[in-house]
Amino acid sequence: MALFLEFSLIGLASGGIYVLAALSFVIVYKATNIFNFATGEMMMLGTYFFYLFDTQLGLGWIVGLGMGLTSAALLAIVIERVMLRPLIGRPHIVLVMVTFGVGSILRGFAGLIWGPNVRQLPETLPRKPIFLGDILVPGKLAWGFVTAGVIAALFMIYYKFSRAGTAIRATSTDQITAESLGINIRAVFLLAWALAGLLTAASGIITASVNGVTPQLGLVALNVLAVVMLAGMTSIGGVIIAGLFVGWMETIVGAYLGAAWQSFIPYLVVLVVMIVKPYGLFGEQRVERI
Amino acid sequence: MTAPSQSLPAAASGTKPLDPRIETISWILLVLVMISVPVWGSIYAVYMACLISINVIATVGLNITVGYAGLLSIGHSAFLGVGAYASALMWLHLGTPLAVNLVIGAVAAFAIGLVFGIPALRIKGVYLAIATLAAQYSLYFVFQQWTSVTGGDRGLSLPKIDVFGFGDTGFYYVVAFVALIATLAARNLFRTRIGRSFIAVREKDYAAQVLGINVVSTKLIAFGIGAAYAGIAGALLAAFLRIVNPDQFTLVSSVFFLAAVVVGGRGSILGSILGALFMTLMPEFLREIIALVSIEGADLASLLSPLREIIFGSLIVLFLIFEPRGLVGFVDRALGRSENVEARQEH
Repeated sequence: MALFLEFSLIGLASGGIYVLAALSFVIVYKATNIFNFATGEMMMLGTYFFYLFDTQLGLGWIVGLGMGLTSAALLAIVIERVMLRPLIGRPHIVLVMVTFGVGSILRGFAGLIWGPNVRQLPETLPRKPIFLGDILVPGKLAWGFVTAGVIAALFMIYYKFSRAGTAIRATSTDQITAESLGINIRAVFLLAWALAGLLTAASGIITASVNGVTPQLGLVALNVLAVVMLAGMTSIGGVIIAGLFVGWMETIVGAYLGAAWQSFIPYLVVLVVMIVKPYGLFGEQRVERI
Repeated sequence: MTAPSQSLPAAASGTKPLDPRIETISWILLVLVMISVPVWGSIYAVYMACLISINVIATVGLNITVGYAGLLSIGHSAFLGVGAYASALMWLHLGTPLAVNLVIGAVAAFAIGLVFGIPALRIKGVYLAIATLAAQYSLYFVFQQWTSVTGGDRGLSLPKIDVFGFGDTGFYYVVAFVALIATLAARNLFRTRIGRSFIAVREKDYAAQVLGINVVSTKLIAFGIGAAYAGIAGALLAAFLRIVNPDQFTLVSSVFFLAAVVVGGRGSILGSILGALFMTLMPEFLREIIALVSIEGADLASLLSPLREIIFGSLIVLFLIFEPRGLVGFVDRALGRSENVEARQEH
């Protein structure tokens, strides 16, 4: 039982990372209606930006973090402004294909600049394990979870109470009405992408602080997609529950059935959600069956 | 960001049909070129012609799904893998002839495709893209981990195939013949009820439904046919390279095929041929260019694979933004078919 609890806590902690990436996905989907298949790659590149400023240029982790996050946000803004803005009004499939292409470009650049090998990030999170009674949680994972939680909470407060957050919510409800009420839709799109850049970079850095970063970090995107689908694409609150759940289930399955089965969990979640409840647990019923 | 409704679905096929005489002449020219490759070409040219033919089959398949039916599949190479492994296993264990292996490859890819397609295609939206992405990862995983059947990372090695005692040339003719049949079949498909219903569903699913088309089964057939084409291409690829391993069927090669469809021209058979040709030759030119430019000692292989990712992705993005009709758009303009509403139409 103690072992089960330990695995559960580890699983929940690793789910915290999915939450951040999934939030970035949801904010883009809500504000701009674009299904962003480059989420995983944005995570990966944001992490490399941090690595570049912190380790390669030797600026230390505080400056490195600031500049890394800024670059990630700028990258997201460039993607929106240069590649997606010209396509507004075109069929949905075209926009999705473009994000898929963008993902490939970002992976290529990371491979070209930093090579295929693992790069270790500096030790910013404390390594010392945390004991809860008999249960041991690895220190980096626990602090990573706390960080992810704080960022998610800050994001939710911003989204709920700030003027800009309200504008995003208005846009997601009805673009034309929002525009006629004087909301600058283009600014909202840019803001949503910038926020997505920040969130993906943050989740990437937390992920990589445990295992290091490779161009393959973006493959976590499928797990994130599973989280997003389970939550229902548009639900900010649902993402948190779904993220923790998927992280928990992965760790439990990996621990008891072997790591091989773990890889099937995201797909299984996606499949079950599509069959049973296509709009997820908390989503708006935008999805239509035919 | 809803799509504007002023795009007129006037001509069902999207572009104006080519003058039949020009079309017939182009097909005959294509066949002549294909027949004559081993006569004037080196061994390398025959090798490339084989590869191009195989990629044409796979690209035509993806174009049926993405271009004609408007369903986004981003795991196409996984279905090539299914076809390749299925045919290789048949060959190794039962010793069946190539023709049977091709059919088995197509059937296997069709069946596996439906496993991923059925849940996704019942609902509207980009769910097929997610399901095919999941197929990409999980099938790669199966190829890699199911060691007792697939041979794991080392893969399966196949014996050399000898067609009518002509060796490589004979095999090239087989591949070219299959590619020709597959391409002609796809072209004719869009003159039948089923093919037309793909286009109708792409343009407006409600309208298609009102016309009495079963939207879900139409989508499933379109996706399944695309996967079956990939299966045939995979089976040929296995026989051609005589090795099947998981690393042939990664996300990069799915991006490759999507780029081939977008670059060539969505919803066009000619486009599929042009796209496959362009995309197969491009990495070869790239290799030459890198070899010319690079400094001594630079690791070519490690440069090439990220560069390919960048270029494939950029081609998708640039063509979608600047020339949504792909290379076919250039051809149309060269033939003096000016841009009009029908020709500009997009899906």
